[in-house]
Amino acid sequence: MRVVVFVKATESSEKGIMPTTEEMEAMGKFNQELVEAGVMLDGDGLKPTSHAKRIRFDGADRTVIDGPFAETRELVAGYWIWQVKDMDEAIAWAKRCPNPMPEASELEIRPFFEMEDFGDAMTPELRAQEEEMRDRTSK
Amino acid sequence: MTDAETTRAVETVFRMEQARLIAGLARMLRDVSRAEELAQDALVVAMTDWKKNGVPDNPGAWLMATAKRRAIDGLRRREMMARKHAEIAADLEDDQLRTSAFEEALDDDIGDELLGLIFTACHPILKREARAALTLRLIGGLSVSEIARAFLATEATIGQRITRAKRAIADAGLSFEVPRGADRDARLPSVLEVIYLIFNEGYAATSGEALIRFDLCAEAQRLGRILAGLMADEPEVWGLLALMELHASRLRARTGPDGAPIALPDQNRAAWDRLLIGRGLKALERAEALEPERGPYTLQGAIAACHARALTGAATDWERIAALYDDLWDQAGTPVIALNRAIALSMARGPEEGLLHLSDIEQAGVLPGYAPLPAARADCLFRLGHLPEARQAFELAATLTRNTGERTYLLKRAGACCQA
Repeated sequence: MRVVVFVKATESSEKGIMPTTEEMEAMGKFNQELVEAGVMLDGDGLKPTSHAKRIRFDGADRTVIDGPFAETRELVAGYWIWQVKDMDEAIAWAKRCPNPMPEASELEIRPFFEMEDFGDAMTPELRAQEEEMRDRTSK
Repeated sequence: MTDAETTRAVETVFRMEQARLIAGLARMLRDVSRAEELAQDALVVAMTDWKKNGVPDNPGAWLMATAKRRAIDGLRRREMMARKHAEIAADLEDDQLRTSAFEEALDDDIGDELLGLIFTACHPILKREARAALTLRLIGGLSVSEIARAFLATEATIGQRITRAKRAIADAGLSFEVPRGADRDARLPSVLEVIYLIFNEGYAATSGEALIRFDLCAEAQRLGRILAGLMADEPEVWGLLALMELHASRLRARTGPDGAPIALPDQNRAAWDRLLIGRGLKALERAEALEPERGPYTLQGAIAACHARALTGAATDWERIAALYDDLWDQAGTPVIALNRAIALSMARGPEEGLLHLSDIEQAGVLPGYAPLPAARADCLFRLGHLPEARQAFELAATLTRNTGERTYLLKRAGACCQA
């Protein structure tokens, strides 16, 4: 299964404080482990939300909102995509991650939806419908 | 943590660490069966210890330290008098005295040890199927029953295959070390072949227990990524990885809701996995940068990349694909490559040209009973408007395939020849 692991933003990440050499080294070592285990598919850090924009939808209206955004704990500062056997493995990897922030911080693991997740509930008809939808959304 | 949670955590950690654990132990003891036993023993100890004391910060190092200690105890207790064993025990003890921090020692050469185990499991003294089964068991950590289901074989067969392979390794006295220089170059193709064999087991047949087969592709990709992580300077390692990631990017789009295969030009490209395509293209770039003279896997990766880059089936650069098949044919002139080259040529330069090449292959008689051959001929004939002949060829192909979904597809195409 695939999971995305969000590194939640903190005060220092929102202030744009860059990690120290030691912190970068520790994270580099962890990333190397992920690569050598064939787990890591992708991953990157994101700039603070002072660089971000939001587009708000309301009916036909579109409003652009400039960052920074206030609700720090809800923001994301980086992500990985991992391929793991199950959620337990994702947790085991996440626990090995050095604290990505100088202060208390959080990772959030979110599994991707996969066809298999639907099991028997995913009938051939539903699957055809889903594929037709993908077809149309791609155009 | 509750006991049940700890048990799950231990099992997970073990699954993640098993290959490294066995690799380290096998190199010390020169005995893969014993290494597996010791790894299992360490797991049993961890089950009780971690329930009491919690999961340690570096569980891999903990398991290794425990297994090593047991290895020493075992060697002593059994009073193995042979000098070799005594020496190993002494080495181990020295080791333990010298490095108070096991983690450091582990981190230093663990990559090499894992690589050594991969090279041993893929050693040419073993039969191909045995190499694949052993690699999945030792590196992939799959159970015998999982491997059996993946290869559509019985557990007894796979179990025997693995046991025999281990014995063959022991009898040959293999060192579990990564060969160097020319030896390494000579052995690498065997490693790549095994990983690709595993991938193809998952990729080729879409019927049967589809889920296990998808898992097999994922496992082969993971093995390829591990290898690329450990041998980052080897162009063909990246070439194989590119090939697998790009092929896997199309897995979802390859079959319809009824399980019937969908030919590449007809696939819904929106269902192709962009993440895997990106990874595949990057791996290919890396392979080509390391060695502009592309090897066979890199060439196949480059062919897969041509498809990945085409936004529509019609936009496929068939001339380039045909040229890449020419190079591939020069390097590895197998009949299947000849067939694919003929198909590419038919797409690039028209069905007549394709038929010429197909006739050569048919006359050589090298692919008897191989369904894709008459299927390719049928497609060329269909495109030329020779419908009765096309129908015959599609029907012949349908009788030759063992895959139900493919048979349905071929019969449908045969039917289309009557209606057109």
